[in-house]
Amino acid sequence: MRVALFLTCVNDMLYPQTGRAVVRLLERLGVEVDFPAGQTCCGQAQYNTGYRRQAEPLVRRYAEVFDGYDHVVTPSGSCVAMVRDNYPRIAARAADEGRDEGLAGAAAAAVPKTYELTEFLVDVLGVTDVGAYFPHTVTYHPSCHGLRMLGLGERPRRLLQAVRGLELRELPGAEECCGFGGTFAVKNPDVSAAMGQDKIDNALSTGAGVLCGADNSCLMHLDGMLRRQDAPLKALHLAEILASTEERPYMAAETTGKIR
Amino acid sequence: MSSTYLGLPSFPVAAAESTRDEQLRANLRHATHTIRAKRATAISELTDWPELRAAGAAIKDHTLAHLDHYLLQLEAAVTAAGGTVHWAVDADDANRIVAGLVKATGETEVVKVKSMATQEIGLNEALAAEGIHAYETDLAELIVQLGDDRPSHILVPAIHKNRHQIRDIFSRQMAAWGRPAPDNLTDTPADLAEAARLHLREKFLRAKVAISGANFMIAETGTLVVLESEGNGRMCLTLPETLISVVGIEKLIPTWQDLEVFLQTLPRSSTAERMNPYTTTWTGTTDGDGPTDFHLVLLDNGRTDTLADSLGRQALRCIRCSACLNVCPVYERAGGHAYGSPYPGPIGAILTPQLRGTTTELDASLPYASTLCGACYDVCPVAIDIPDILVHLRERITEQRRGHALERAVMKAATWVLDHPSAYALARQTATRTRHLHPTELPAPTPAKAWSNARDLPRFPGRSFRTWWKDRPAGEAPHGRPAREDTTR
Repeated sequence: MRVALFLTCVNDMLYPQTGRAVVRLLERLGVEVDFPAGQTCCGQAQYNTGYRRQAEPLVRRYAEVFDGYDHVVTPSGSCVAMVRDNYPRIAARAADEGRDEGLAGAAAAAVPKTYELTEFLVDVLGVTDVGAYFPHTVTYHPSCHGLRMLGLGERPRRLLQAVRGLELRELPGAEECCGFGGTFAVKNPDVSAAMGQDKIDNALSTGAGVLCGADNSCLMHLDGMLRRQDAPLKALHLAEILASTEERPYMAAETTGKIR
Repeated sequence: MSSTYLGLPSFPVAAAESTRDEQLRANLRHATHTIRAKRATAISELTDWPELRAAGAAIKDHTLAHLDHYLLQLEAAVTAAGGTVHWAVDADDANRIVAGLVKATGETEVVKVKSMATQEIGLNEALAAEGIHAYETDLAELIVQLGDDRPSHILVPAIHKNRHQIRDIFSRQMAAWGRPAPDNLTDTPADLAEAARLHLREKFLRAKVAISGANFMIAETGTLVVLESEGNGRMCLTLPETLISVVGIEKLIPTWQDLEVFLQTLPRSSTAERMNPYTTTWTGTTDGDGPTDFHLVLLDNGRTDTLADSLGRQALRCIRCSACLNVCPVYERAGGHAYGSPYPGPIGAILTPQLRGTTTELDASLPYASTLCGACYDVCPVAIDIPDILVHLRERITEQRRGHALERAVMKAATWVLDHPSAYALARQTATRTRHLHPTELPAPTPAKAWSNARDLPRFPGRSFRTWWKDRPAGEAPHGRPAREDTTR
């Protein structure tokens, strides 16, 4: 089984600790992970903002870079949804315009092998107890792409519930969008911030020390608000919790705050 | 569309204002969350909901694909049943036809059944310009009309008002429009409903002309269908001598059998009822029963243009249930007025720019009024893929409009960098090397400023994933590639 990590551009730029956590976690579970260096970005920002054609080179790049791997695992639900839902659409619309340019083949190759991290753990590896230890109170925000497009369902929560020392607290209004929405956050900043505020108020009401998610783009927005308000809550990617063990417990990366 | 909606600010500008209105936010939050929960319960009772949803979409798609055929069938059936069919190409055309029909009766007052189509064309304003008073008889529309306000929700036009505010509007305004509100009116729902009942009853009994829309038109028999909760529509549809119905051409369904699907999905999706209290159907005119003169004005007003777009045409399936509004987190914060159209919320964000075009700042901003969270698609009873159409319309806007020049250049440059690994590496390294110079908020008006008004900017890490990956020693872990101590932590 040849497995590649698709880190995603947001993690590559801002959250290397999430990528390291995925590698540590998968290797601990006996999976050999490769990181093809030619990978960059899925093209979601271009596509969702109305620049479909600008996403096309990135569709082809994705297929080329991950050619030869059986599985591509990524710690970002929205990037998986981009590949799974929108790569075929990009190819179909190019076909409607009388073009192919390798897009149909690229989409067909990319879709079946691309997995969101929790899908890969639960569905492919068949594990929910990954042997993690994380002695903190945690509340989980199921980002929209994971919740509605990918239908991750209970997978993330089952993984969290099996973590020793972890106390999972229900997040009120969990299914509601956090207000990030890519360029929505800057095109409609007031509505975005209002939605984010409701999300963090709900998270703070749980009394948890950690707001966990499986998509760092949503967490970047929420963590930015939490830090601005100096709130006693830290946003943290699920992979970093699952990577944490008693022998090698979670340590905050230098760019993020401590768990209070 | 109507002049009521001309010159309104773009969605982000209007929403910046409305999100700060604490009273509005509280009213909307309470109302949408209540109906959202009730709808979920009503839908969960139906084991065949996915099949009903698919059937509704299929019936609408079939009808739209053969719209010319079914419209002619409808016209023939309505005419045979004693009605008269008029074809209106746009709002002005429709308003002119309706005003002419009212004037021909010699009347200067009409009562109205709640109708989205007549709001879309600005009929009340057009009639007023001809000296004709149009009285809204739906309770919420009455509140909006008395308050000199605009509707902010498809089903609950006065959702932005609470009962204290409604009491004040009734007490202050009813006298100017007809029967005054009782002295010492309280804000209990029963008292408010009674005040409206007395006020409206006077108008129902006096009116000789009524104007309605319709939820459905059945092509095989020429029957029109109105679903409502209050019975005020039934009054308008049966008491006056002349009935004029203004209906969008997409409201057509081929047969009565098809209606069966929507009579299950519409009430549950809109009011969370198994069945709505009043369903009125009428076919032309019937001697000794109801209006003796019936006119059907078939409204295009951008619908054929919408139909020409193979993806965007899904929006014409809409049965105006408003389920998408009630689950939309953006609608909940911004409120309906920010959408600058009688069609607010997610459906408005895809319908308005297709019906009106995208030439104004407002209309071009609507497809961006969404995080693409997908909640609207999940609840839509005719499976309109609203997020997909939003993205499609964004593409139309970026291609048609100037004003996106900078964004276009940025997106193009970003794709070039992301498709050239050495340039991408340089960008990453530059960001990392200069990270101590990055502020957590920005003073200048840039997209980054819009971000950092409410949030700290993310901090760039000192050591990239790629460096860590390259420097890892082999030989420690299961497959020879493991994990040594993470020195960056």
